[in-house]
Amino acid sequence: MSLGSEVLTGGVRGGTSILFAALGESICELAGVVYLGTEGSMLAGALAAYAVAAETGHPWLGAGAGALAGGALALVHAYVVLSRKANQLATGLVVLFLGLGLTSLFGATYVQAQAPSFRPVAIPVLHSIPLLGKAFFTQDPLVYLSLVAVPVIWWIISRSRWGVLLRAAGERSEVLVTHGHRILPIQYAAVVTGGMLAGIGGAHLSTAYTKAWFENMVQGRGFVAVAVVMFAARQPFKVAGGAYLFGAALALSPALQARGYGINQFALDAVPYLVTLAVLIALGRRRSADVPEGLSKVFETASAG
Amino acid sequence: MRIRRLVPALAVSFALLTAACGDSTSSTKTPAATGAATGTKTPAATGTGPGVGSKKVGFIFVGPKDDFGYNQAAYQGSQAVKKKHPELEIITAENVPEDDNATRVMEKMISDGAKIIFATSYGHLDPALKVAAAHPDVVVIQQGNFIQTAIPKNSGTYFGTVYEPVYLAGIAAGKSTKSNKLGYVYAFPIPQTIANINAFELGALSVNPAVQTYVVNTSNWCDPAKQAEAAKSLFAQGVDVITQHQDCTATITKAAEEAGKMVVGYHADASSLAPKGWVTGSEWAWSDLFNEIVETSIAGTFTGSKFNANYRVGFKDGKNPFVQSKFGPAVTDDTKKLIETAKAAISSAQGSPFKGPVLAQDGSTLFPAGIPDYATVESKNTVFVKGVVGQLPKN
Repeated sequence: MSLGSEVLTGGVRGGTSILFAALGESICELAGVVYLGTEGSMLAGALAAYAVAAETGHPWLGAGAGALAGGALALVHAYVVLSRKANQLATGLVVLFLGLGLTSLFGATYVQAQAPSFRPVAIPVLHSIPLLGKAFFTQDPLVYLSLVAVPVIWWIISRSRWGVLLRAAGERSEVLVTHGHRILPIQYAAVVTGGMLAGIGGAHLSTAYTKAWFENMVQGRGFVAVAVVMFAARQPFKVAGGAYLFGAALALSPALQARGYGINQFALDAVPYLVTLAVLIALGRRRSADVPEGLSKVFETASAG
Repeated sequence: MRIRRLVPALAVSFALLTAACGDSTSSTKTPAATGAATGTKTPAATGTGPGVGSKKVGFIFVGPKDDFGYNQAAYQGSQAVKKKHPELEIITAENVPEDDNATRVMEKMISDGAKIIFATSYGHLDPALKVAAAHPDVVVIQQGNFIQTAIPKNSGTYFGTVYEPVYLAGIAAGKSTKSNKLGYVYAFPIPQTIANINAFELGALSVNPAVQTYVVNTSNWCDPAKQAEAAKSLFAQGVDVITQHQDCTATITKAAEEAGKMVVGYHADASSLAPKGWVTGSEWAWSDLFNEIVETSIAGTFTGSKFNANYRVGFKDGKNPFVQSKFGPAVTDDTKKLIETAKAAISSAQGSPFKGPVLAQDGSTLFPAGIPDYATVESKNTVFVKGVVGQLPKN
């Protein structure tokens, strides 16, 4: 297999968990809520999916449980920041540790459990497209779910009435109030949906990609997802590009090493972050105009306080 | 600092918070009556050295006690001490990072009354030496690292010669491969790991002159996603027998089974995860050694004992705590015989996996003709041998 094809295929495979989480974070942020607990929701999703798949024998039930677990943790975040008005950034980190602690505690018994996993399924015809066919259409069912989720979420955000409400909640909540809408339910729905998507991302890690549960197995990919969202300005297609970029960077290292090249692992690991930083700096001015107004308030409050 | 480094660091703060509340440090208390009724099996003190008369023994682990690997094996060793010595209280702490947090956890154990501490991870050495210096009456012994300076009276390191069973596993791998390409996924280029990779290739070469070992590192003791990708990359290069030096081992084992490849285990018997592809492996059996260290310390004779050193025990002493796992279905009787012969050879004074001359990857001589001793093997394995494909990570 050529290096390009291998890295692209690995990038899609490895980027999918980040993609789900980043799509979820985009929805949260459009509604004016930053959810730094994404990593925690991914962990909750990874464990719940693996545990339920192990108990029931059905990976799809596992993925459903992963979504519920990720959403449940996000609900904690939503309650604390929306109903109790706590600082979003601090709360997100606390929720992350809650997720890390709970999954480590309840996950111990599943480290050695055997669970059925999602297997790769080649999509007829499409998989034979040169380069892209292998990368996108020889993957597991959760990858295909993410490929469907990207345009669907894009359509909902930018073309549907729900999307208007969502963005209004994040940008100009007073307009919603003027029109007789309640903001809180919209924001709650956004945060919980975001957590559910992160949970499915975690489910992909444990039941499709690594076929194992291990405590703290997300290893920072939840934070990568938050970075991708900044990088991609909450636009689903750009989010997908960013997630695959991170995935490809992770796949590049073993692909080069297995070909006998010596690499600097630490430098290579830093590449995606450096790219993100560079993009953020380059587009910084334009970005700040793109940030939902409700969101910029979060950061201003945080820096003022 | 990379973001992902932040997570474990923050996780640790969280672990410490809970530890302060007494949650993450679990201690197994035996009712006093048990000790009194059965009579103490602890040797009477014959000396006055560090650790003498200790009623409690502390163990710190870098990971969780059920990782299907390194930490699980060390934890089982601690439980073997408890089983043999029910009169002792065994204090264990999981997920103790390799920094000042380790110092704090050990200090807490000592203030709770432990006079014998096992620091079981490679990177626990510096904190262990710090604690040993502060508490001359406490034995602080470390697993797997090497004290380069003068050895304090109350400290030491211990380890099995891991590369010996890995060499034998290499023979099995060399006989099993069809593509003549073996794969090795490792975490960090520490000498112990490099010695394992080299021994694996040398074992394979001893029965198959065409075999090569392809290496990929993950820069992490347990990141299952990186492991999955590393396995895929190696399989894409034609590797058909894979092995690893990682703390958690399930992902690579399952990846091999699913891809129809063969797998050589490390740390623990994972044959149940790969019923078809399991070849053999190496696993820990710490109980006897741990008990001997505890008994020596309690007797007060630790200082000057063989454990008050960089203690290495291997096939040549007949009791390597690192033993060979069982064979999988595809290993032939001929291969088993070859391994038996090789084991006898490297157990004798005239044998070693690194019996010279051994050439380095660049063709220079790594080990000259002759039999290197355990210390030499450990200190000189800083580069790959000829036959290994891949380079050490650059700094």
